[in-house]
Amino acid sequence: MSSDLLFEGIDEPGLATLEGYRHRGGYETLPKALRMRRDEVLNELIESELRGRGGAGFSMGKKASFLPKGDMDKYLVCNADESEPGAFKDRELMQKNPHQLIEGLIIAAYATAATRAFIFIRGEYAYVADILERAVAEAKEAGYLGERVLNSDHNLILWVHRGAGAYICGEETALLDALEGKRGNPRLKPPFPANQGLYQGPTLINNVETLSTVPHIISMGAEEYVKLGVPNSTGTKIVSVSGNVQRPGNYEIELGISSRELICDLAGGPPAGREIKLWFPGGSSSPVLTADDLDLPYDFDSMAKAGSMLGSGTIIVVDDSNDVLDVALKVAKFYRHESCGKCTPCREGTNWTVKMLERIQRGEATPMDLDIMASVQERIIGHCLCVLGDSMAMPIGSMIAKFRGEFEAHMESARDEGDRAAIEAAA
Amino acid sequence: MTPPPERIARFSHGSRVPGWDEAVDLELDPAEVPDPATTEVPADLRQEIMSRYPERHSAALPALTAAQRRYGWCSPEALEQVACVMRVTPAYLAAVATFYDMLRVDPAPVDTHAIYVCTNISCSLNGADALFDAMRAAAGDDEHFDVRAFECLGACDIAPMASVDGTYVGPLAPADCVRIVGQCRAGEEVLPERQLARRKAADTLAREAGLK
Repeated sequence: MSSDLLFEGIDEPGLATLEGYRHRGGYETLPKALRMRRDEVLNELIESELRGRGGAGFSMGKKASFLPKGDMDKYLVCNADESEPGAFKDRELMQKNPHQLIEGLIIAAYATAATRAFIFIRGEYAYVADILERAVAEAKEAGYLGERVLNSDHNLILWVHRGAGAYICGEETALLDALEGKRGNPRLKPPFPANQGLYQGPTLINNVETLSTVPHIISMGAEEYVKLGVPNSTGTKIVSVSGNVQRPGNYEIELGISSRELICDLAGGPPAGREIKLWFPGGSSSPVLTADDLDLPYDFDSMAKAGSMLGSGTIIVVDDSNDVLDVALKVAKFYRHESCGKCTPCREGTNWTVKMLERIQRGEATPMDLDIMASVQERIIGHCLCVLGDSMAMPIGSMIAKFRGEFEAHMESARDEGDRAAIEAAA
Repeated sequence: MTPPPERIARFSHGSRVPGWDEAVDLELDPAEVPDPATTEVPADLRQEIMSRYPERHSAALPALTAAQRRYGWCSPEALEQVACVMRVTPAYLAAVATFYDMLRVDPAPVDTHAIYVCTNISCSLNGADALFDAMRAAAGDDEHFDVRAFECLGACDIAPMASVDGTYVGPLAPADCVRIVGQCRAGEEVLPERQLARRKAADTLAREAGLK
């Protein structure tokens, strides 16, 4: 049904060690890559049509090709600040197969001639960072990192950098600020990190899963890789499925299989007797889909066509025992807490959305409030330096559009209850 | 968690760490980069701050984390020492410390147990709110426990879950909380059988079950 690349033998004992990784053929691709010219490696990555696995889905090879050529300090940063609600794929990849990521990182650094690399891992993943640090030390010892990697002309120093708990640091420019030791505020773009990133130098930033895929592409060749998946969504994807499903967890699939197969067959679907009410196809930032959308293929374009997005490949399933208002409030509160406060539409918009949802809950709202709330969402989208505000506006907007009746019913019943309580108190 | 006024910690020059609930004393001059001649910094802390990065500013987060490990929280004393080594002002570090959730800006003892209960969507769909209440009740008013409702910790496969001093455990029931707190107090490993690090990937289980 699907071929495993990244998760192949993922639970094999000792895979996290250098010996275990080598035993499975690890670090055999690196010498091959180093024998190729840098632009040949880059070309393979472009031709593989690998799209970034961190959320935006931009072509990884193209992004790498934007870095200026020439002799200068260039940086490669691996974004391991996985904080999207519902996402936990990078954690499993790094915990169980850290060398796969390191090998991909070395190859990507070679292709772009980056000499300094960082893995920015969220502070909460402390035990995963320990594993990574051990793996980096092993790789250094074995000559895969440092001066003249495997006697080539490529030098690379790699640091594991721990964050300290802030969702916004998953945004690439905020991540760079955090890496420079500042508050994690996003920067104005352009200039894009490819031109002016870390310490003002050209910087390539890629997600853990994206970089972990690189050795497989070079090993099998772009021509073979594009046969996996569907056009414009090539390859395999690790999908985190959670929420109201019987077998939550990470599944590696070929892009383009039906969403129902993924949610109901692999993850076991909702508990017995329950129906799927809504699902987030790409983390809590993605507009919600309903049970009617379950037969859509799970790939970048199909999700976009359905008005949502694949994002980081993070499915959260909500069954019919839950109130849509509670889900909306959880989402809104999360973004209110995580907004860095730099841009007004996001800082104020997330706050007001929470307040308005709470008014609905308390029975103090009127149906007009739903329209105001929807317009607040529209005013956030596209008006900030980064997409954190949009990430609340899109799911909330879609919930209002698709479950308006339920919001209104909730308003009515909460108001009736409030009236009754007031009458009883007066009497 | 706001400390009573007499407990508010101050820098040696009398100014207090900004970011707390009370107004800053505007009569005082802002603190400058601390003088290495008069600021004593423990050798191991200095070593930890300076050993890693090509750009000294990059050390801010690891340095504050190291200082917190040593002092329990980002106290004025801790900030002053880190500022001294990094050659920045304490205010710069206070601005950084107040931004990040894992850096404590309220007084806490050195051996504080950090228990983060994830209350984001996937966990709350599986009963995280009741779990958080139970965890708070289990820790009571013991100041050695920092029990917090946390945003998604990236372990929705074991929802509802908690991070206990960095160890991920789940799925948890409210009844487990007393045991967790007890194990922390006794210095034991927390729920070994339910640690995420020892769990197989769902993908592997699906393959073993012939689903894939």
